[in-house]
Amino acid sequence: MSQSTEIAPMAAGSPDRLTGLKTFWHYFSVNRGAVIGLFVFILLVLAALFAPLLAPYAPDVQDKTAFLRPPAWQDGGSTQYLLGTDPVGRDILSRLLYGARFSLLIGAVVVTLALTGGITLGLLAGYFRGWVDVAIMRVMDLILAFPSLLLALVLVTILGPGLFNAMLAISLVLQPHFARLVRAAVMAEKSREYVVAAKVAGAGHLRLMLATILPNCLAPLIVQGTLSFSNAILEAAALGFLGLGAQPPTPEWGTMLASAREFILRAWWVVTFPGLAILVTVLAINLIGDGLRDALDPKLRRS
Amino acid sequence: MLRYLLNKVALLIPTLVGITICAFAFVRLLPGDPILAMAGEHGVTPARYEELKQQFGYNLPIWEQYARYVGEVATGDFGVSISSKRPVFEEFKTLFPATLELSFFAMIFAMVIGIPAGIFAAVKRGSWFDQSLMGTALVGYSMPIFWWGLLLIIFFSGYLGWTPVSGRIGLQFFLRPITGFMTIDSLIYGKWDAFRSALSHLVLPAIVLGTIPLAVIARQTRSAMLEVLGEDYVRTARAKGLSSARVIGVHALRNALIPVVTTIGLQVGTLLAGAILTETIFAWPGVGKWMVDSIFKRDYVVVQSGLLLIALIVMAVNLIVDVLYAVINPRIRAA
Repeated sequence: MSQSTEIAPMAAGSPDRLTGLKTFWHYFSVNRGAVIGLFVFILLVLAALFAPLLAPYAPDVQDKTAFLRPPAWQDGGSTQYLLGTDPVGRDILSRLLYGARFSLLIGAVVVTLALTGGITLGLLAGYFRGWVDVAIMRVMDLILAFPSLLLALVLVTILGPGLFNAMLAISLVLQPHFARLVRAAVMAEKSREYVVAAKVAGAGHLRLMLATILPNCLAPLIVQGTLSFSNAILEAAALGFLGLGAQPPTPEWGTMLASAREFILRAWWVVTFPGLAILVTVLAINLIGDGLRDALDPKLRRS
Repeated sequence: MLRYLLNKVALLIPTLVGITICAFAFVRLLPGDPILAMAGEHGVTPARYEELKQQFGYNLPIWEQYARYVGEVATGDFGVSISSKRPVFEEFKTLFPATLELSFFAMIFAMVIGIPAGIFAAVKRGSWFDQSLMGTALVGYSMPIFWWGLLLIIFFSGYLGWTPVSGRIGLQFFLRPITGFMTIDSLIYGKWDAFRSALSHLVLPAIVLGTIPLAVIARQTRSAMLEVLGEDYVRTARAKGLSSARVIGVHALRNALIPVVTTIGLQVGTLLAGAILTETIFAWPGVGKWMVDSIFKRDYVVVQSGLLLIALIVMAVNLIVDVLYAVINPRIRAA
């Protein structure tokens, strides 16, 4: 996700697309944390893309002479394995680099699914109101009535453990937030003059919903999408940790933590690094989210 | 006020029905035959299979099955655990106090640190304290708590040897539960060593579970406080010559706490979800660990009823928060 494509529809209202982007960057870059977050996120994307080039070993190669080797700077460690090895002799650094692919994939897939579902349902509910609205929103309320991780757990129990099913379950759990946002925004926009004008000009329901109203609801959706991206990574890691997400030997960070658990008092590095990777990723995305909120929410803007 | 309350309760009815439908559907959505699924790994004989089919009413039309299920639940019959053969509700009643105690102390931890820190950050807006607190809060908010728990175990239990790794109380102590809170029960019995043991078991899990609420509360308190500090009545109070402490502690704080109370209430769902992970890491014998264990034991009767009971608790707590909110904020009642 590049910032420019995200913001483009926002700028549609301004006379010049470039000016819109510039304004956005101006407000975004005021927030130092957001810029740092963006920088870290770009590094992560690069790490994920070029994992095969960067990683010294393949993620599943075992060195039977080097079980639980400590990181290079500690006694007994060597530069052969910079961050040490896990209980079956795999290079932790390589696994972390490959793991970045899974985390980013999880975030992207979950947000895409949740966004698609949420936008569709929210548009329908906010645009048509009446029984459509009641039916959709009651189901959304219901989903929100369960603690998210518990619902995801139960869904994975039904679907069967695995990375893809975990992503499906998390999308379903996160989706009501989008539906609520879209619904509220659509209801606010629907009676505005430009919508009425488009309607009078003969635009059909679909065109009104997708081309007229939706682009004007994007700002809160982008912020919520960013937050959901980090939430998805956290929840998928939690499911992996509980043994219901990605299955070993997948180098998914939560799954790596799960298989390292019994060694925590003997080998701190097998536990520390995968968790640190999760924290850094989630933190970077949340920092970007804060910056996006500052840049996109006109109420907070001080011009 | 009564009207407000009745209105709120009425709004919950569709959700309540939905929750029971979800729990009802859960067992039927499991891959394969529900009776075989509920029987678990041991399987059943064909004769027993027919008997169970009759007993659970799987030969009835789906509507009658649902009505029957609601009837059972309404009379407090949540089924019998497949693995332990004990009534699910009995198990729940013995395990829930453990989760409650953990959540209670986690929340105390979060509030005792989060609210003063948020107030101080707002008052000293832009200072190094404010900036580092907000930075720390964002780290806390982004924390994978299952990893955080493991780190604390490595440091405090492994390296320093201060706290035990798992459980609720030392194995040498046996206390017949009175309140179900180990810390309180040990005091009632007057056993100081038991109390210390319970407390040392509680510290790390409570910190782990309280971390995300702490971050959320600190951020929310700060922003609520900032908003209130800009209000006219705060300026008036200052102009009257009241001391800073009084303006902040009385005039500003009372109004700033309203959104904070809501935030605290909304954290209950987060707490219960967090309890699943925290209890698993620390082998804390509560409802969260019970659910995870039951999923792995394929004890689907427990999972079904646990899901229902937890959802009901979250719903009840949200209702209480709504009502409390109306009590402290009259503007809501009128709306």
